[in-house]
Amino acid sequence: MLIFEKSQTGRKAHAQHVKAGSLKDIPEHFLRKAPPDLPEVSELEAVRHFTNLSKKNFSIDTHFYPLGSCTMKYNPRACNTLASLPEFLNRHPLAPDSTGQGMLACLYDLQEMLKTVTGMKGVSLSPMAGAQGEFAGIAMIRAYHDARGDDQRTEILVPDAAHGTNPATAIMCGYKVKEIKTNAQGDVDIEILKQALGSHTAGIMLTNPSTLGVFERQICEIAALVHEAGGLLYYDGANLNAILGKVTPGDMGFDVVHMNLHKTFSTPHGGGGPGSGPVGVNERLLPYLPVPTVAYDGSSYRWLTATDRPETIGQLSAFGGNVGILLRAYIYALLLGRDGMERVAEYSVLNANYLMIKLREAGFDLAFNDRRATHEFIVTLKKQAQTLGVTAMDVAKRLLDKGYHAPTTYFPLLVAECLLIEPTETESKQEIDRFIEAMIAILKEAKLHPEVVTTSPHTLPVKRLDDVRAARELNLRWRAEV
Amino acid sequence: MNNIPSHLKYTDSHEWSELLDDGTVRIGITDHAQGLLGDMVFIELPEVGREVAAAEDCAVVESVKAASDIYSPVSGEIIEINTELEENPELVNQSANQDGWLFLVRPQDISELDKLMDANAYSELLAADE
Repeated sequence: MLIFEKSQTGRKAHAQHVKAGSLKDIPEHFLRKAPPDLPEVSELEAVRHFTNLSKKNFSIDTHFYPLGSCTMKYNPRACNTLASLPEFLNRHPLAPDSTGQGMLACLYDLQEMLKTVTGMKGVSLSPMAGAQGEFAGIAMIRAYHDARGDDQRTEILVPDAAHGTNPATAIMCGYKVKEIKTNAQGDVDIEILKQALGSHTAGIMLTNPSTLGVFERQICEIAALVHEAGGLLYYDGANLNAILGKVTPGDMGFDVVHMNLHKTFSTPHGGGGPGSGPVGVNERLLPYLPVPTVAYDGSSYRWLTATDRPETIGQLSAFGGNVGILLRAYIYALLLGRDGMERVAEYSVLNANYLMIKLREAGFDLAFNDRRATHEFIVTLKKQAQTLGVTAMDVAKRLLDKGYHAPTTYFPLLVAECLLIEPTETESKQEIDRFIEAMIAILKEAKLHPEVVTTSPHTLPVKRLDDVRAARELNLRWRAEV
Repeated sequence: MNNIPSHLKYTDSHEWSELLDDGTVRIGITDHAQGLLGDMVFIELPEVGREVAAAEDCAVVESVKAASDIYSPVSGEIIEINTELEENPELVNQSANQDGWLFLVRPQDISELDKLMDANAYSELLAADE
């Protein structure tokens, strides 16, 4: 029930009333004549409404959340507490650099750390989410070719296992997209890549490890081939968690990379975040980095703008990006230190491989049976769908009943009836074991009582949703009945 | 069981093409493809009059599971689109090979159709995928 539907005329929750300040300086014609049509409920009703809503939520604070390719790991409270210090919170973005040296020092250090983590020569923190980081990355590739007068390069190569944002980004930057097939082992098909490359190739967008939960083993050969054709390599940082501190995109031959701080660096993810998608570049793309970036001359810090960096692709946010989120990532990186970052990679990969082997032993089919998992892996329920009529979606819904957020379903598109499972490093062996037990129990139900699985969820406030109707008949806002 | 009529030609990206008596080519997605994608919620069709090249993406079918590009099997001009799909995208699920057709092309070179698979070859492709 919406809070609007609980409204009773004249009822007030005094504790939650925000007192308006003086309205003296607002021109008369901007002042509203009638009060807004807001729900009128008592203090208790407001408390109860929102407390109950919060209890219906699945979040990393309440549930194991193995959402593949999303890295839903714990957000340490210390990051939130320190980033919420009044000196950070109350700083106005237009205040002079001289009064914000502390904050600028944190951002500068973060730029430096991200350079090390990615093996790049320069970093801009300003892109405000992963998609904007991708856009910045490809826009820089475009700026590079344009600056050289190399303007016949019209095509970006994208493997068929890529995130949907990759082709969308290439299109937004004015490129055509050429899809490259993956071979049966989960690697890029090198022969198809060779045929696709040419003087029209602007670059390739790769995620490594890929969304298939395997490491692209031929990456050095791919980098050599693309560079030989005059193209550049873009690294989608979605799966950076698996290699953190172990190997860098720079080592693999990438020219530009975006990171998702809301994945790898544990800032809040989902529900609006907000996200943060810094970009890193090697020497040749350095002039094009989005502004502003933070510079340090040995004695003080300052923002560099387009005046300092005339070849920049431009400014992507009103100020310095999502600074509150950048501070959280900075604190997270400091808490971990270099050794801690390596342990992130080690434990996220160990957890994924442990979970993968246990599920295989329990009778689940893996998409890539002879490959070791990275920080995530794919289970395919093709057999169960054919023989028992139980699909990946059914298993995902049943997991909700058992108190687990569902893994990513039906992505990547090239694996039928798939679940993409990413446990992350912040789950204990005991929690992973409980998840394994839940998966085993569901497999048993699928064999003995498939209808229990195919009609799930049974214990949630809403049952199986009609997602077809929801997508066809959008109902996005409450309207008063007239 | 997939419905694979023998009078249609097929691509490995799961479009079918039907040569009509007036020399135009009707294009849709296969029954197998609609089964994989699941319930359709939105179909984006090309503009009438647009010139397309063979294997160029020119439409998008969006289901509850995924949005997929549709590639024209032949080069030519788009001369008609299935406007019924605007209101009733489920026609693609109900009748992929007939009422759920997507667009009509006046082909530049009819021999392009010979490069496509016949029903037997397409059945074998699907069997190999199983």
